[in-house]
Amino acid sequence: MIAYLCQRLAWTLLVLLGISGIVFVVVHLSGDPAALYMGPEGTKEDYQLLRSALGFDRPLPEQYGLFLWRAVRGNFGRSLRHQQPTLPLVLARLPATLALTAAAMLLALLLALPLGLLSALRRKTILDAGGMMFALAGQCMPTFWLGILLILIFAVQLRWFPVYGGDGPAAIVLPAVTLGVWAMARTARITRSSMLDILPQDFLRTARAKGLGEWTVVLRHALRNCAIPIVTALGLELGNLLGGAVITEAVFAYPGIGRLAVEAVINKDVPLIEAVVLTVGAAVLLLNILIDVVYVALDPRIRLA
Amino acid sequence: MGAAILVVIGLCAAVPQLLAPIDPTEQRLLARFTPPLTRSADGTFAVLGTDQLGRDILSRLIYGARTSSLIGFAAVLIAGLTGTVLGLLAGVRGGMSDHVVMRLADMQLAFPFILLAITVIGILGPSIRNLILVVGFANWAAYARVVRAETLAVRERPFVEAARSLGLTLPHLVVRHILPNVSASLMVVATFGVASAILTEAGLSFLGLGVPVAVPSWGGMLAEGRQYVDTRYWLALFPGAALFLTVMAINLVGDTLRDAFDPYLHVRRSLDQL
Repeated sequence: MIAYLCQRLAWTLLVLLGISGIVFVVVHLSGDPAALYMGPEGTKEDYQLLRSALGFDRPLPEQYGLFLWRAVRGNFGRSLRHQQPTLPLVLARLPATLALTAAAMLLALLLALPLGLLSALRRKTILDAGGMMFALAGQCMPTFWLGILLILIFAVQLRWFPVYGGDGPAAIVLPAVTLGVWAMARTARITRSSMLDILPQDFLRTARAKGLGEWTVVLRHALRNCAIPIVTALGLELGNLLGGAVITEAVFAYPGIGRLAVEAVINKDVPLIEAVVLTVGAAVLLLNILIDVVYVALDPRIRLA
Repeated sequence: MGAAILVVIGLCAAVPQLLAPIDPTEQRLLARFTPPLTRSADGTFAVLGTDQLGRDILSRLIYGARTSSLIGFAAVLIAGLTGTVLGLLAGVRGGMSDHVVMRLADMQLAFPFILLAITVIGILGPSIRNLILVVGFANWAAYARVVRAETLAVRERPFVEAARSLGLTLPHLVVRHILPNVSASLMVVATFGVASAILTEAGLSFLGLGVPVAVPSWGGMLAEGRQYVDTRYWLALFPGAALFLTVMAINLVGDTLRDAFDPYLHVRRSLDQL
């Protein structure tokens, strides 16, 4: 187990290194970052001054080395726009996004499990067809369109929820629903197909023969064995959910990391961009490792290769 | 039914000039905010209404189909080619290259690439070419995985062994024998990939980091229409509906395709009857 964790962590570091390299290269591909920082108003002398002050006239590998050196010490540079160190800025917004993602996943699970379950139990009925049509629609719905529609119906017309912002628990509901629909759709489909695989199996026949009620059989025995594919799917969805959070936060003006990233890109705030990309990347990769560990807890037959 | 919708969309994409009633970029300020199915102030009939600059929404939708299809297909082409090459490499050679490619693929699937996408486009500038490259290279992993799995399966089959004992060279083997067997799953993944690419492009355009503003795009239309959603809902409703219908249609066709390629379908169907 320890060896496995070390190996995964090593790979994670490598990937983060690669990602930081890509961001670095991209930033320097588009000409000089000093030009980006300067804006159109600077003079030629100012530009040269800025360039040497920020170290952009040094060779690229040296700049990258410097960046890594500082990063390891927790210094990710100062945000250009906010004039503060970037890492605290990023970490301050991270909980909001994590809350949103968690809420979305919870919602997705709460809706998808019953939906998939019922569809599997009542195969080839209207319930099944309707449920799966609903899931298909959920998968195809563009997140931002759904968000706008929800705003229109629930915030503008009905005034149940705030239109945008991040204050108070009510503000998380609409974004969480918007974000969660896609995950719910996928999880519902996977629940249905794994239930369909498990239901005919012998151990359930034994349970019924023992005299257990149908619901006990289904919920306690069948569903537990479905957990693995569902957890797999949810784990894979994490990256997608965080990605979807970027757009959802833009729609709802929700103060999370996604919005920070978009603002940073639009403002060409390079240090902030680098910090956000690396932080989110690290979070996702670490969460994936966590999920893999949870796997083993769920199914003792799995050996971590 | 999915195919029927796709044919319509395809027509829109291919020959928008024939279908669109009005030039989509023409701004007629007299005709601003005409509701759907009414006649605007300067006399023209707007089937789906006009937007804040008086541009006809139906025409912009039709031209937008071309943008979405173009980017969708091009991105899938890039992703598919890269993914297939890497997947074949991993499957055929095995060993270290397999391990490395699969690790890379896992990482690419785990990381929310949209962050990288907005970074690259934000810095390099929004253009159709950049968009295609970014969406393309960000999605290769799914194709690589599928191709590798199929390659591993095909590799063990007797006809491959026979071909090798006949002295076939490796490239020949891959192209003439393995690739055709892999292509079925590849086409299914590619079909769903087009839907995903279209949604991604729309999302990026919605954020303002997709196609340039001058090009009609469904995502961009949604972004513009968003501000007027409480009073003039049609600016945002129709582009979103267009996206939704297109993606639905592609998914339906993809499902049918997947069933068509499944050699065990008739077995499973007959088991269902029991």
